[in-house]
Amino acid sequence: MIRAVGLTFHYSKRPPIFQNFDWTVAQGQTWAIIGASGCGKSTLLYLLAGLRQPDAGQLLINDQPIQGPRPQTGLILQDYGLLPWATLRQNVTLGLDLRRFYGPDGRHAPIDGLPGNPEQRVTHWLERLGIAGVANQYPGQVSGGQRQRAAIARTLVLEPDLLLMDEPFASLDAPTRENLQSLILQLHTERPLTTVLVTHTIEEAMTIGEKILVLANRTNTTPLILDNPYAGQIPAVQDEGYTKLTARMRAELKETTA
Amino acid sequence: MKRLQLVWASLGLLAVWQLLAMIVQRDILPVPLAVLGAFFSEVGGELGGHFLASLWRVIASLLLSIALAAPAGLVLGQSRRLNAFFSPLVYILYPIPKVVLVSIVMLFLGINDLSKIVMIFLILFFQILVLVRDQAAAIRPELIYSVRSLGAGRRGLFKYVYLPASLPAILTAVRQSIGTAVAVLYIVELIATTRGLGYYIYLYGTTLYDYPKMYAGVVAMSLLGLGLYFAADWLHRKLCPWQFQTSEDAA
Repeated sequence: MIRAVGLTFHYSKRPPIFQNFDWTVAQGQTWAIIGASGCGKSTLLYLLAGLRQPDAGQLLINDQPIQGPRPQTGLILQDYGLLPWATLRQNVTLGLDLRRFYGPDGRHAPIDGLPGNPEQRVTHWLERLGIAGVANQYPGQVSGGQRQRAAIARTLVLEPDLLLMDEPFASLDAPTRENLQSLILQLHTERPLTTVLVTHTIEEAMTIGEKILVLANRTNTTPLILDNPYAGQIPAVQDEGYTKLTARMRAELKETTA
Repeated sequence: MKRLQLVWASLGLLAVWQLLAMIVQRDILPVPLAVLGAFFSEVGGELGGHFLASLWRVIASLLLSIALAAPAGLVLGQSRRLNAFFSPLVYILYPIPKVVLVSIVMLFLGINDLSKIVMIFLILFFQILVLVRDQAAAIRPELIYSVRSLGAGRRGLFKYVYLPASLPAILTAVRQSIGTAVAVLYIVELIATTRGLGYYIYLYGTTLYDYPKMYAGVVAMSLLGLGLYFAADWLHRKLCPWQFQTSEDAA
């Protein structure tokens, strides 16, 4: 699904974050990307979202180079990115409005469009994410968890094949966070959506990612990938293997930030 | 502000006026009743015509300044480079009291409606420009990223993000500067014109010495300012409801 080949990227006047970096994500997998702040984990997500372009090398989705935001990629950010002047329902409809606005041009909206009645899809996702009751309120009136649910609904309404999340639950309290984590896991069992989640907490990486990419706080060349058999469990089972894996991750993170 | 509070405040002002008039006991300060009498008998005739002339000048300047300042503010707010280039200029021009330019503007544009409209325009333009620019610059990049990831290009961002984001800034700018705009309107209507409330007030105050009529003109001018202020406020509430809702309202 995703292939990075010789990916190289740097911000001006700083050492490269990625140099000749190869990485592959298979269809339907859930990945967690973990690393200390400044290691480039969000950068990798923005590259995947088509919001930044690599200096060299290629980043391919379904063997197509990413040339800009791709209509089938959903992006969810920590600060929700909701329009403050639109109700939750209007926010959830935004992607569909944009598709109507541009028409099926293949660049802003997929050529084939979306089946079904848009109103019904919006209602379906508002209900599925449990925010139908507050659909007519503005983002400023509802809780952080409800805002993030709206952001997720807004993305899923568009039937993406790739879901990118940048620390989506970092500013939520613990019960709300666990709630949304299990929602993501449930949604993943309902439809095999390829998911890449950026996080800075080991627990979240262990909960969500069946594969965990550990990024170093220096130039990343070869990816460090951990297989995580404990993904999909809330709260994750704590046994010897779990402890070992988290200890290893902790050691890697410590070592690469030193 | 509750409507009832406004009624009480107006009644209070009228009472103070009445009291002052009774203490002063001179022609130059008639009692409110005399002025309101003059106002209502004049408003259907001469005064109404002058009111409309003034109203047209303010509305025309308002529309002109919104039409030019809002897009300029949006462009400056979106482009860091352009803003870096123009902001020193705006910084210098913004605080200059534009009213000192009256004579210059009239020399260049002539003694007609255009020069008057341009004078008011100069005041509103900078207010709207600065507020819209700052509003557009304050839009968080995360919001832009999210909306772009949903498929928005430049046109989509403009329609769904920048335009609605600048609406409250425009209305706030209008509300904040309407007082100054009407003050400048008065000044430009003192000069070389026979139409407008400024002329009307001046004529009855210093030439014909008809004080109730002069005060009727003052009332009309106040109503013009107040009316525009209320209209901007009302539009703000109507068009930007999200700014007036709290989580308590929802509960």
